[in-house]
Amino acid sequence: MSQSQLADAQATTQVTLPVAAGQVGRLSQALMAMVLGVFVVGMVGFSHIDVVHNAAHDVRHSNAFPCH
Amino acid sequence: MSTFRSIVFASVISGFIAGLLVTVVQQFGTVPLILKAEVFEKAAETHRHDAALAVQPAATGHDHAGHEHGAGDHDHGAGAWEPRDGFERNAYTAAANVLTAIGFALLLAGFFAVRSGTTGASVPWHEGLLWGLAGFAVFTLAPGLGLPPELPGVPSAPLLSRQIWWLAAVLATSGGLALIAFRRTVPAAISGVILLTLPHLIGAPELANIETNVPSSLTHQFVTAVTVTSLVFWTLLGGLTSTVFARFDRSAEQRA
Repeated sequence: MSQSQLADAQATTQVTLPVAAGQVGRLSQALMAMVLGVFVVGMVGFSHIDVVHNAAHDVRHSNAFPCH
Repeated sequence: MSTFRSIVFASVISGFIAGLLVTVVQQFGTVPLILKAEVFEKAAETHRHDAALAVQPAATGHDHAGHEHGAGDHDHGAGAWEPRDGFERNAYTAAANVLTAIGFALLLAGFFAVRSGTTGASVPWHEGLLWGLAGFAVFTLAPGLGLPPELPGVPSAPLLSRQIWWLAAVLATSGGLALIAFRRTVPAAISGVILLTLPHLIGAPELANIETNVPSSLTHQFVTAVTVTSLVFWTLLGGLTSTVFARFDRSAEQRA
């Protein structure tokens, strides 16, 4: 393998790796955002803490989340 | 972290708009009905409370909140902080609506990111609207069949059991819809339909007999108001989130 071929091979690995990482990254970033969303909805709509319940009371009823 | 940032920005913007708009809609639809029902609820509560005091005069020295919890199915405002009626209460309602909308928008935009990542094109607004309709089916229609929207003052099965059934209905419905929409084979469609019906075959937890002085006409109005409000909310959120996310995502790609 000549010097230039070696350089080419290194160049391709350097190019392909970040692309692959970017695709995996997109999925995991989307999942992270969705977990965050579930956490926010769960806190507002389902938390058993009295103060949270009272603050979000009308919203829980209006969204038909189980309440009381 | 550009995708994550695009999702969060898009969700905060669309959630803020949808949450505020739905707060306005609720002021005409669900909130007046909740306030009406609370009049009946408070009347029943004082009645129950007086009866409890008459039976156990020694209990007066005890912690009020604990007493209420022991007495029944209700933790309504006993001891714990609650917003004052009027502006304060509505402000908290608006904030909770915005947060809920942002949370659901994060879910939607997460799907949009995965979807546009595989197809290579961003999700257009009318497809976003369909995703919103799916959200309506998953988070309102399906759980609402077993656990219809309830007014304050209507007794129901223990909270945790209803929350578990609600979550199970949501998971089964979303799984069923996904199988039907994305697999597109006969066995997948059959298992999808089975998943859709399963939570209702099992049945939601309910009380054997329900005694309430909240009129059933009020409950009926409330079910309609909640369902229609939710339909508006979900279509709005689906359309908005897909549009805003597509814009952020494109600008993120251009910068990268």
